[in-house]
Amino acid sequence: MELPTKKYPVTRADLVRYAGASGDFNPIHWNERFATKVGLPGVIAHGMLTMALVGRAVTDWAGAPDAVVDFSVRFSRPVPVPDDESGTEVEVSAQVKGTTDEGHTVLAITAVCGGDKVLSQAKATVRTSRLGK
Amino acid sequence: MPLDPSYVGRSYPPTPAYLVGREKIREFAKAIGATDAAYHDPDAARALGYADVIAPPTFPTVVSFASNNAVVDDPDLAIDYSRVVHGDQRFRFSRPIVSGDELVCTQVIEEILSRGGHDFITTRTDITDAAGAPVAVAWSKLVIRGEG
Repeated sequence: MELPTKKYPVTRADLVRYAGASGDFNPIHWNERFATKVGLPGVIAHGMLTMALVGRAVTDWAGAPDAVVDFSVRFSRPVPVPDDESGTEVEVSAQVKGTTDEGHTVLAITAVCGGDKVLSQAKATVRTSRLGK
Repeated sequence: MPLDPSYVGRSYPPTPAYLVGREKIREFAKAIGATDAAYHDPDAARALGYADVIAPPTFPTVVSFASNNAVVDDPDLAIDYSRVVHGDQRFRFSRPIVSGDELVCTQVIEEILSRGGHDFITTRTDITDAAGAPVAVAWSKLVIRGEG
């Protein structure tokens, strides 16, 4: 079963807010000069912010904020965030892959930004009977 | 020089307890745009059977910040932080984190690999509550990019 795709805008302001809330002040997430110096295309989103957005999609699909039992991702590509009003967008989709012995549902997740898959091997196991309702 | 695989199994002392605050959860939820009532409103969380607001699934990253730094700053490992990128992340939950929890992180190095001039270090962080009961386990794989 294919779950409905969700889109999350990400702006520079979101990165600053996430840095403050998470305590991750690595300058690659807010300082263009530093980011380009270390060979990045520019300021990039925190991987953990991308994972958090995917987490929103997962709990929305599951229909419960406490549904997540297991959640894993590989950060395969950076998410560059341009310094403008619209920033960028992360598109999250998933397929139901099966059910565990405990009756939990396993989702295989795809996250795309600018046509690139920014996560690989992303999956979540959720405890819910409310999926898709 | 590749990271010495003999550090696999090295563990770090349990961190001082991290007291999970309601406003910190709200701030984190707001920063990721998560509007679920149970992250913001204690009554909504109580309706789900929790004592106070619960945290979104990636919140353990806030709780384990200090213990992660202990590994990255370990002088024996001599990791060059400017070359570190986050490779993989996994969380496994026994239950959601709830405001009021006093959480202790215990970290161990689970795997060290060197491939293609890069080093890969995976740590496992066990997050337990004041009663010593498991709350969540976090696995982080860091990639230390080779020089040149």
